[in-house]
Amino acid sequence: MSENYREMWKGLGLDLAAHDMLLNVLGKGYGDIYMSQKDRPGGMGYFDFVLSEVHGLRIKELLDEKAAGRKVIGSFCVFVPEEIVRAADATLVGLCTGADFATEEVEKLLPRNTCSLIKSAFGFKLGKVCPYIESADMIVGENTCDGKKKSYEVLKDLVPNLYVMDLPQMKSPEGRALLKAEYFQFKEAVEKLTGVTIDAARLKKGIEIVNSKRKAIHRLSSLRKADPAPISGLDALLANQVFFYDDPARFTDSVNKICDELEKRIEAGKGVFPKGTPRVLLSGCPMAVPNWKLPWIIETSGAVIVGEESCVGERGTRNLSDDSGNTVDELMEAIIDRHFKVDCAIFTPNPDRLGHVEETFKEYRADGVIHYGLQFCQPYITESLPVEKALESKNIPVLRIDTDYSMEDVGQLKTRVEAFIEVIK
Amino acid sequence: MLCAGIDIGSRTIEVVLVEKGSVVETRQGASGFDPLKETMRLLNGLKPERFMATGYGRHLLEVALDAPTVTEIKAYAKGGAFLFPEVKTILDIGGQDSKAIALNGAGRVLKFEMNDRCAAGTGKFLEIMAQTLGYDLDQFGQEALKAPDEIQISSMCTVFAESEVTSLLAKGKDRGHIAKGLHRSVVKRAVSMLKRVSVTEPLLFAGGVAQNPCMVRMIEEATGTKIRVPKAPQMVGALGAALICSSTP
Repeated sequence: MSENYREMWKGLGLDLAAHDMLLNVLGKGYGDIYMSQKDRPGGMGYFDFVLSEVHGLRIKELLDEKAAGRKVIGSFCVFVPEEIVRAADATLVGLCTGADFATEEVEKLLPRNTCSLIKSAFGFKLGKVCPYIESADMIVGENTCDGKKKSYEVLKDLVPNLYVMDLPQMKSPEGRALLKAEYFQFKEAVEKLTGVTIDAARLKKGIEIVNSKRKAIHRLSSLRKADPAPISGLDALLANQVFFYDDPARFTDSVNKICDELEKRIEAGKGVFPKGTPRVLLSGCPMAVPNWKLPWIIETSGAVIVGEESCVGERGTRNLSDDSGNTVDELMEAIIDRHFKVDCAIFTPNPDRLGHVEETFKEYRADGVIHYGLQFCQPYITESLPVEKALESKNIPVLRIDTDYSMEDVGQLKTRVEAFIEVIK
Repeated sequence: MLCAGIDIGSRTIEVVLVEKGSVVETRQGASGFDPLKETMRLLNGLKPERFMATGYGRHLLEVALDAPTVTEIKAYAKGGAFLFPEVKTILDIGGQDSKAIALNGAGRVLKFEMNDRCAAGTGKFLEIMAQTLGYDLDQFGQEALKAPDEIQISSMCTVFAESEVTSLLAKGKDRGHIAKGLHRSVVKRAVSMLKRVSVTEPLLFAGGVAQNPCMVRMIEEATGTKIRVPKAPQMVGALGAALICSSTP
């Protein structure tokens, strides 16, 4: 990233030396993991550009939007309804949670046995290296797991604009009523922040913008059913990750362009790995940029990832919000319905998720499931055992991996992943 | 065709040469700090036509000898099934990792479990504990087996267990009893891993720790099975790699 962003970063209060270090590591990691892949779709060039400018041009765009009077809202979770944010002409961005940073500082505020994702969010804030959190006019925390909800109590003192949204834990009528109350309250908070009154036309427009993004991802996902796989799992994951950062219209357009290209590849019988390469479905915790460790290990060990049953993937983008309503209430109900279907492991019981893992496994013609649990993520790690048992009872091979963002276990993971691929071959 | 299977482990390196389905040569050395150099020394004078590497350091040979690689899991399955054709379960406890493998009875891996990044419950743990108690490694298991009593050790972490042992010694406890308790804690861990996979007989115990008679006896007691231990338990991985090498077209 070029020199002309330095003033901008300084203005946001970033620690420039630490930030340079982060960008160097990110750039090197991206080069090693992404640029070394063969036969990538030409359209991925757009995502290479986005990643190279993720703290540069994209931040400048956000600051320009702010200068024009629009607001930026940061979030950590797919339960924060983007439709409502877009309806107020505001921008929703995912905040940085994919790498270890300033861990020693973080461990002064949070217990050591907190998951890497939460620690990372704090590390980027404390290390002053996340331009997104510094650009945000409102930061939305959501009561998902215990780790997150308790850590928001601590985050509250670190940022001036934290808004905490409660979430249900059961898919009951009472649970839905809670989500409804929270979404209406969030709408009011967004209206207050932006000074925009969200009417039906605006809400319809918000739904349309976000649905278009989701549809583009659905199209991309469905092309991955082909054998040979026309795109690597790493590249498809990157598109799913950029979903949370990029300008929505431009993102939708770029993903659709890649899909056009992939359709031609499929027609020509071409792929990124040879036909018959073992196909893996990833399932479990979300993977935020630049958490590419496990996918990288899998795809350099002789398998291809054909789907992600994850919040950064299928679980996050699965359903559309119905836009047929004509009143604010009807459209809000549609948004609530859509989000209430998200089968996050914070829900108890959570049988839909198991159904979706099986369904996705079949649909994407996978040969095995690798369950990714982030160490200390109680909800997903607790689900990993029953998920494994249920899948194995249907003769679906499963490998359970519990790991974090450090690189110290790469050798061990590689052995396990390679051995799993030998089993499913 | 003369095929070499090479297993580069954290503590030892094994080389097995196979020709026409039988073993013609075996060699072993310590991994040391330069396992590649050590491997080359072991290969000195041997003229295999092909190589297959396995073990923790397999990717070293992928670069140095352009050798194809196979994981320890598959190599142990292949080697184990060669020695005991109907084997259904393999427990392998090596220098820094341990694994349990379930097989279909015809050499194919059905499921496996491996310890995570920590060396708790592996050969390294026993080695350090033997040292703390002043035993030679080959004496350690025999002495533990002879001890009439045992003291329960609660720490599984090598560092914590060492302090626990030191404080027990300071209280005047018998080192044989402590040794037996230490074996018990490794066995508990190994058995819980086995149970997640399978404890179907025939059950083969391989890797360096299979040379320890106390471990063998305690695992038999805990699982209620008769365990088979190959004559050279550390060679199973290299043997498997050599066999896979010779059966690859």
